[in-house]
Amino acid sequence: MERHFDEDLKLVKEKLIRMASLVEESIAQSIQGLKEEREDLPREVLRREEEVNRLDVEVDTLGLKLLALNQPLAVDLRFISSVLRIGRDLERMGDLAVNIAERTLDIIPYPRLKPLVDIPRMADAAQKMVRDSLTAFIERDADLAREICRRDDEVDQLNDQVFRELLTYMMQDPSSISRAVDLILVSRNLERIADHATNIAEDVIYYVQGRTIKHHCEDKAVDKLS
Amino acid sequence: MDLVTKIDVQELNFYYGSKQALKDISIICPEKRVTAIIGPSGCGKSTFIRTLNRMNDVLTGTRVEGRILIDDQDILEPGVDVVQLRRSVGMVFQKPNPFPKSIFDNVAYGLRINGLKDRQRLPEVVEKSLRQAALWEEVKDRLRDNAFSLSGGQQQRLCIARALAVRPEVILFDEPCSAIDPIATAKIEELIFALKEQYTVVIVTHNMQQAGRVSDFTAFLMMGELVEFDKTDKIFTNPSSKLTEDYVTGRFG
Repeated sequence: MERHFDEDLKLVKEKLIRMASLVEESIAQSIQGLKEEREDLPREVLRREEEVNRLDVEVDTLGLKLLALNQPLAVDLRFISSVLRIGRDLERMGDLAVNIAERTLDIIPYPRLKPLVDIPRMADAAQKMVRDSLTAFIERDADLAREICRRDDEVDQLNDQVFRELLTYMMQDPSSISRAVDLILVSRNLERIADHATNIAEDVIYYVQGRTIKHHCEDKAVDKLS
Repeated sequence: MDLVTKIDVQELNFYYGSKQALKDISIICPEKRVTAIIGPSGCGKSTFIRTLNRMNDVLTGTRVEGRILIDDQDILEPGVDVVQLRRSVGMVFQKPNPFPKSIFDNVAYGLRINGLKDRQRLPEVVEKSLRQAALWEEVKDRLRDNAFSLSGGQQQRLCIARALAVRPEVILFDEPCSAIDPIATAKIEELIFALKEQYTVVIVTHNMQQAGRVSDFTAFLMMGELVEFDKTDKIFTNPSSKLTEDYVTGRFG
């Protein structure tokens, strides 16, 4: 049976995907700006924030309206609840990209503390997680989503590594502290972006399979009739 | 909490003449829980619920096979006292059907035909039943009024009070809210929620959200067959069967 509801579901999905592509672009530009010491890219990220926020509100409003008016069940319910949560994660990722852009603008005027090695590597890993989490959502690919969850540790380890390394710079030379802290914050923001990508992957698994895996729920789940 | 089986339906088949309306249905309704029966029109929901207190017996040309154990007793056995059965398995129908009598007499009816004449005891039980049906406050000053002076939603609660008065163990609801407005519906749902503390409830409903709200277990029937039976949460968020999924999301039906 054709459902008018399906049109609305399509619309909210399109909005979410549009939002996702803007956020991906922001993350990429904020990091590229840092690597290439370009001010125009982070500024573009700052300008884009408003549109991301607008889409966030639109996805939220439409998602809630669909819940209220259609009382969806089963896969429809899981889809909308995932869209609402993914929207929240994307909005936060957008904010984190803005944070990186701001740090970048702070860092660029000063001489480089050290060549960037681990941060670009982290950025690549985090960006890939973001891209794959969205691919998993669009293609309803729970296997890919599970793999993303496993990749989060890699980014966490790189973050720790960056922190330890920059700490040694700060101990040796107090004048490096301000620049080092900026880089630590960039690293920290990338680590948070990867966390949000993991959240999205978890939402995809819930949407596709109806299973909750966050907080390792799956290991604890005891499916008893009660 | 551990579940105790109240109604154990085993391989139930039901025929209207040569037409088979229920095919090999096996369901367990746990005690003091609400079990919802959902499915498209004509799937056998009402036929099923009516077998549970043998309401189908009154139709000629019907035939039933299988076993329905209520507290381990097979109610389909020929020797079963059907009047006694219907006292312990009460029923509330789609349209409110009060008797053309006063509010009081409607509730007292079952008690009187069961021989309760005590002038003291009768009003007590009537009040208790009306309170349980969440109707007492609205009718306590007009118990002698005709039941038809009540609104549809009130009439439906009166029918519930009438069913409760004879102290049943199981209450069957056959689409109890399909003929009443949303506010009255909400009251009946609250009531069903409260009733499961003491009674085992089986409800047929076309309203999926209602099934989701009030029930603990849900059975999905289609064309006389049981497609899926599981915890209500599971049926409405992540059903195992594609057919169930399509039905609860409104893709057919």
